[in-house]
Amino acid sequence: MMSSPTTPAIRLTDIHKSFGPVRANRGASLEVIRGEIHALVGENGAGKSTLMRVLSGMYAPDSGRMEVSDNGGALRDVTGWNTAEAIAAGVGMVHQHFMLVPTLTVAENLMLGAELTKDGALRVLDRARAVQAVDELSRRTGLRVNAEQRVAELSVGEAQRVEILKALYRGARTLILDEPTAVLSPPEVSELWQVLRQMRERGETIVLITHKLDEVMSISDNVTVMRHGRTISRLRTSDTTPQQIAREMVGRDVVLAADMHREAAMAGETWAASPSTSVTAAPENGSLGSGLALPALEVRGLVVANARRPSAVDAVSFSLAPGEVLGVAGVEGNGQTELIEAIAGLRRARSGSILLDHLDITDATVRARGDAGLSHIPEDRHARGLVLDYSIADNLILGQQHRFTRGGFLNSLLDRERIGENARRQIAAFDIRPNDAALPARALSGGNQQKIVVAREMGRDFRVLLAAQPTRGVDVGAIEFIHAQLRAARGAGKAILLLSADLAEILALSDRIAVMYGGRFVVVLPRAQASEDVLGPYMTGAEQAA
Amino acid sequence: MTTTSPEISRQTTTSEAAAAPRSASRNTLEEALLPSLVALLVAAIIGDVLILIFGQSPAAVFRLLLEGTWGNSYGFGQVLYKATTLTFTGLSIAFALRAGLFNIGAESQLAAGGFVAATLGLLLPPGLPWIVTLPVFVAAAALGGGIVGGAAGQLKARFGAHEVITTIMLNFIVLALLSYLTATYLKVPETLHTEELKSGALPRLSDYVGSFHGSAANIVLVLAVLACVLAWWYLFRTRRGFELRAVGLQPEAAEHGGVRPGVVWTRAMTISGAIAGLGGLNFVLGYKHYYEEGFAGGAGFLGIAVALVGGTHPLGVMIAALLFATISQGGLAVNAMVPKQFVEVLQAVVIIAVAVSVPEVRRLLRIQRRG
Repeated sequence: MMSSPTTPAIRLTDIHKSFGPVRANRGASLEVIRGEIHALVGENGAGKSTLMRVLSGMYAPDSGRMEVSDNGGALRDVTGWNTAEAIAAGVGMVHQHFMLVPTLTVAENLMLGAELTKDGALRVLDRARAVQAVDELSRRTGLRVNAEQRVAELSVGEAQRVEILKALYRGARTLILDEPTAVLSPPEVSELWQVLRQMRERGETIVLITHKLDEVMSISDNVTVMRHGRTISRLRTSDTTPQQIAREMVGRDVVLAADMHREAAMAGETWAASPSTSVTAAPENGSLGSGLALPALEVRGLVVANARRPSAVDAVSFSLAPGEVLGVAGVEGNGQTELIEAIAGLRRARSGSILLDHLDITDATVRARGDAGLSHIPEDRHARGLVLDYSIADNLILGQQHRFTRGGFLNSLLDRERIGENARRQIAAFDIRPNDAALPARALSGGNQQKIVVAREMGRDFRVLLAAQPTRGVDVGAIEFIHAQLRAARGAGKAILLLSADLAEILALSDRIAVMYGGRFVVVLPRAQASEDVLGPYMTGAEQAA
Repeated sequence: MTTTSPEISRQTTTSEAAAAPRSASRNTLEEALLPSLVALLVAAIIGDVLILIFGQSPAAVFRLLLEGTWGNSYGFGQVLYKATTLTFTGLSIAFALRAGLFNIGAESQLAAGGFVAATLGLLLPPGLPWIVTLPVFVAAAALGGGIVGGAAGQLKARFGAHEVITTIMLNFIVLALLSYLTATYLKVPETLHTEELKSGALPRLSDYVGSFHGSAANIVLVLAVLACVLAWWYLFRTRRGFELRAVGLQPEAAEHGGVRPGVVWTRAMTISGAIAGLGGLNFVLGYKHYYEEGFAGGAGFLGIAVALVGGTHPLGVMIAALLFATISQGGLAVNAMVPKQFVEVLQAVVIIAVAVSVPEVRRLLRIQRRG
């Protein structure tokens, strides 16, 4: 496949990088061969992004050595270069968070900073030439975009293609992608893989930051594992297993419930999964009387608007029994968020009704819903789930603050003693680290921040849980923990509406699975009849239920 | 791009997470004092340079400035008088900022509070002891300012109108209305003020401490300190304060926590306006015993600087109010040596020094841009 598979394109040796007291990299080394797809894996906070930002010139390392070879030549020392030098040497990074100007067109975004102009003193922008250049690049790489479309009108997948094109337009021969699939639907992911494989065939080098093991297995040639700022091991992908990588990432054995499903599903595509992989049984028959018990949550003909569409949720009806998990699958932007927010009381329902234990909560306030037994893990913990500047203790009572008061004027004083006691209990029960209740939530890792939200919403008396993306951007250890919590809640007879962009997670936890497309439940299947292959066509709208 | 904006904001938060953990509660003495001290230091240095440019000796000018303010009881009394109004307006703005709102309307809220109190003073029968009438006047002044502030809060809660715009516009409307009412019904001919109030006049500090003689400092000062203590207690000890600060930091998270941001905005702006309105008592009941057009004299705007220099903390606000009152009164003392604009420049330098050096201020400004 490659002419000289041993020529390193990049070699980082013993990189150290600290931010104040946080030691993001403490002895990270990486060797990437020209023309390979190299996966850099590790839990959140392992230092992957920092290491790649060092490589792309955004950060200078505190110590260590960086070497890069230009166009197949010998390695040269580039320690501490800046982004301009990195781009000049053909090293480009596509960030997890898009850096595009929404009001400009695709072509304008690509030109930004290197604008094509017409001859003459005025240096008028040459839009036609820009569009032409983008079209040509798009054709050559297979990254389909409309050069004249505004970025604001693009889907997330398209915006990402623009980001990749931007790096390539600036002459990147080594492309660093930071968690590129976090925002993509399954078809968009396969399309991205195809583009990356084509690039590899042209001899370009790709470093892929990820913490999803199936991605590592399906696309990479080699994999470097990071843990706590150090590179732990470098493995040939074909010689390793997801279990081994997970063990290296976490430092102990982990149950890969969610990932197993996905691997099994993707086995046919790329790597030969042994059929014996211990797929943790999804609760197929163990459902506590779904259909027998009275519904804990009933939604009838719910219509919800968002900024763009009057029926972002279009007459959705379902009921959810105690002890049942209903998983809602679907590509982001098909009304899932609006559905959950309407049930949670954060968005008005235009019509329809929502019943919680037969109590009509359609027009109830958020607080009244909470008091009636509704819990909600919101999908965006940084915006909705937490007040980042509040302490762990204060975040653990958010939404329950009216239960943590004592006497005083208008019964309004916060009871610090009980808040502290609650924090100690929840921190222990949910293993939130560090276990200092006075720390601001901002200071915690993503996984531990999510545990605060989970502890608050599940650590109290509730009957129905809305779990939206409960493990998004969370490390493997925390995923395992949160899944166990959800299973335990189900076992205790709680009703759970699970929304996740991760099909494997839905398959691992749900009793029934609904696919949402265009604001509707296009199909609802029992877990036993669902698989990634079955659900996929519904998710893209290719298939509508009879 | 609308679909990615949450991603972008998430990025800022995660990158900040990498920074050193900050103290969770911001109600610490250090954080209340530090900005004022930094600002003072910078102002002193730049002031030195300016004085040298005027060909004077900085040491002499600053000695004179201090002697004219903290050096004698009259000057100190004047500092206290000015600091009283600034404490109210600064606290008003700081309170609103804690709810994530930029109240630019303290000027008209202050005037409205003074006007309503003065009207009451003209209506009440004479001869009532001040200790009896004071609670009524407090309610009247709070009502005057509270209505103006609350209106801006309602406009935001109900229609989403940005409070910076509405409070600025309400300044024009309210000040013009008060001017009309004064000129048409209450004014003593040939002047800009009403008749002397029949009741409600408050004792001056000089009534208790003779050496304050001549200065306008009065017992509204005690109300200002009390207001700061109450505001601190409300913000940091009560459930409503907890909810208000949550709305100020992250309205979406507060909403998820069962708080209705619209309700909090209205409440916060009403209280903020009421606090500014109370400042009107200082001039109307404590000093002149009448309402005079334009008595606010920019104290509502200087209150923005007081709130920011004070780190939006009630204690910091009191200290910052003293600082700005000292600069303002000191300007009169050194008028012979340097032009009177010197103090205005000095005030501006303090504000800029704070805006540049205090991350808290930058965070608040960022919230405003996002909001």
